[in-house]
Amino acid sequence: MNTDTHAAHADDHHHGDGHAHGTFSTYMLGFVLSVVLTAIPFWLVMSGALPSKQITALLIMAFAVVQIVVHMIYFLHMNTTSENGWSMMALIFTIVMVVIALSGSLWVMNHLNSNMMPIHQMSGMK
Amino acid sequence: MSPDLLKLIFGRLGFESLPLHEPIVVGTFAVVALGGAALLGALTYFRLWGYLWREWFTTVDHKRIGIMYMILGIVMLLRGFADALMMRGQQMLAFGGSEGYLNAHHYDQVFTAHGVIMIFFVAMPLVTGLMNYVVPLQIGARDVSFPFLNNFSFWMTVGGAVLVMASLFIGEFARTGWLAYPPLSNIGYSPDVGVDYYIWALQVAGVGTTLSGINLVCTIVKLRAPGMTMMRMPVFTWTSLCTNVLIVASFPVLTVVLALLSLDRYVGTNFFTNDFGGSPMMYVNLIWIWGHPEVYILVLPAFGIFSEVTSTFSGKRLFGYTSMVYATVVITILSYLVWLHHFFTMGSGASVNSFFGITTMIISIPTGAKMFNWLFTMYRGRIRYELPMMWTIAFMLTFVIGGMTGVLLAVPPADFVLHNSLFLIAHFHNVIIGGVVFGAFAGISYWFPKAFGFKLDPFWGKLSFWFWVTGFYLAFMPLYVLGLMGVTRRLRVFDDPSLQIWFVIAAIGAGLVLLGIICMLVQFAVSFLKREQLKDVTGDPWDARTLEWATSSPPPDYNFAFTPVVHDNDAWWDMKKRGYQRPLNGFKPIHMPSSTGTGIILAGLATAMGFGLIWYIWWLAAASFIAMFAVGIGHTFNYHRDFDIPAEDVIRTEDARTKLLAGAK
Repeated sequence: MNTDTHAAHADDHHHGDGHAHGTFSTYMLGFVLSVVLTAIPFWLVMSGALPSKQITALLIMAFAVVQIVVHMIYFLHMNTTSENGWSMMALIFTIVMVVIALSGSLWVMNHLNSNMMPIHQMSGMK
Repeated sequence: MSPDLLKLIFGRLGFESLPLHEPIVVGTFAVVALGGAALLGALTYFRLWGYLWREWFTTVDHKRIGIMYMILGIVMLLRGFADALMMRGQQMLAFGGSEGYLNAHHYDQVFTAHGVIMIFFVAMPLVTGLMNYVVPLQIGARDVSFPFLNNFSFWMTVGGAVLVMASLFIGEFARTGWLAYPPLSNIGYSPDVGVDYYIWALQVAGVGTTLSGINLVCTIVKLRAPGMTMMRMPVFTWTSLCTNVLIVASFPVLTVVLALLSLDRYVGTNFFTNDFGGSPMMYVNLIWIWGHPEVYILVLPAFGIFSEVTSTFSGKRLFGYTSMVYATVVITILSYLVWLHHFFTMGSGASVNSFFGITTMIISIPTGAKMFNWLFTMYRGRIRYELPMMWTIAFMLTFVIGGMTGVLLAVPPADFVLHNSLFLIAHFHNVIIGGVVFGAFAGISYWFPKAFGFKLDPFWGKLSFWFWVTGFYLAFMPLYVLGLMGVTRRLRVFDDPSLQIWFVIAAIGAGLVLLGIICMLVQFAVSFLKREQLKDVTGDPWDARTLEWATSSPPPDYNFAFTPVVHDNDAWWDMKKRGYQRPLNGFKPIHMPSSTGTGIILAGLATAMGFGLIWYIWWLAAASFIAMFAVGIGHTFNYHRDFDIPAEDVIRTEDARTKLLAGAK
């Protein structure tokens, strides 16, 4: 809708948009990669291949992160130059925000947990 | 009918849900119903429904959507302020064994509704409305990037407001405080519909806010006029960009945390319960990760308005444009690093508290830089004390006080004394009224002639200004004193009679603010009646500097017949200085988006779905959800999304303006 609405208008704008478009093979590659990256975590959980649940959980999260990257590259067509670098800038901003929110929450909640939760105090008193 | 069937049809809604035992609510309902009936009757009598539907409700024009946002904000201000008056009255009276006139059940709803309405349905619509109206004009665009989405966002915000208003007469609102902390807001302690009203009102409105944030970010990034590089954008556009980036980054957190709370309430999960591994502290942590950026979402556009107003009415280029931009960006980032200062007392310990205390204090540096920039802009300027400039000066004086008490509260040991006291209440009203509300009023009086083609009447405006400013100081300075004496927030009755005098002063202040609001409404009416005398034919009544003043007042549907080309900051000032001549021929047809009713229909269905979920009317929720999908998919088959304004129409509009301009000289 945007491009239609401003078709006449966009003529005046020379932002040199570097729209990247996928080909059949890149879409296929992305699809296969995301299927594989989904199948492996399922297999890890269903088969119980790893002895430790914690390691399994961490591995699944690692696969999820790779999955996000695959989606961004093959389906959202993001690279360092698309949209005059705005995509990259937005991505960096997003990562900064997510890291702040997650690490901050973990830090804060860890402190609150050890200071405030009665169960922990009792177990500490033993 | 069997009770089972009734329950299937009406969920938990029944006659006992109507607050007939509350005389105040019944009285309010009578007044609202009569007023509403009179309004609807008048609209029908004057046959305005078709006009409203075609020209306003379904419009995708950013200017009209902006105006509708402002109307929503002002209407909701009346509701939120009525709540404030009720609280001031209660606290003034409830001394020496008196219970006041509000019972606890009602009073708790009043302070919750006051906070929710003022932030989500007054401050947000006012700020979003101004951004919607002004930003596309300031960057020389014809509309926002996604005009239909804009209409949809507005109606979703209205949907949230409708749910909050419905809670007044059907059932009740939350009694939890404006952030609905669990465990109080969990189903065990709030089994009634209040918190559900809160959740769904904010979820529906939140969708609108997030989408409008995306829309305005795209607009600013993609639709700037040729030559307008990032560092040539007007400061208001810069602050709008940062605000909308903050909206996009922070509102999803609110959506998620409210979704988790609703899972706790509806399906019995234990995210924020006290047992089974849940942690209410996680809710507080998450909601403030949204909540702190939220206050900067509100105040950054106000900073932008003050920047535009200061440089226009001082007749000077803004002092320190670059530092202003960097200060805005730094505040944007820092606003994400301070959320814990809202709960220093929850027990995170010295290291965490000092980190967040220091980051909070650091924010005062870029904010202080902005203050000096405005001062230096005024220095040796030819200052015209028109209404927008008066609001700006009132802001500068008031906001500095609020900022300093904020830095005081940022010191964790001091916060342990002042947490949840009236000192805190005084502080945030000091910055929100002094910053956001004064900013919105400065913006309204500054851009009103652009939007309607005539200036606001200065007499009633100045009256309103003085009532507001003195009323604000009388209402909130006593709260600082009371807070230092240890009075906490949200109290309904008091024992110590020596406190009463301060509450009386505060109530008088609230009364003055009421006069200020009335004067403002009178001002709108008087200005409308005197519109011929106050007419602005030039399109540039303040001798201003940015592009929105280059077009007529009110601007034509297409904003600019030709997209302007920008060579400098203060593009319009630069054009005037270089002897800019308006193009008088060569007009072409202009491609524009068409109106559509899909936005209002979708938002209406979303509101119905919220209502169904609140009252456990599952068939209604399911049916409206499915209908939303159907309408959404149906809209993708709508191929009549755009049209061309014929060249003759453009020529006629522009010729009319040429004649007006010739007449003005």
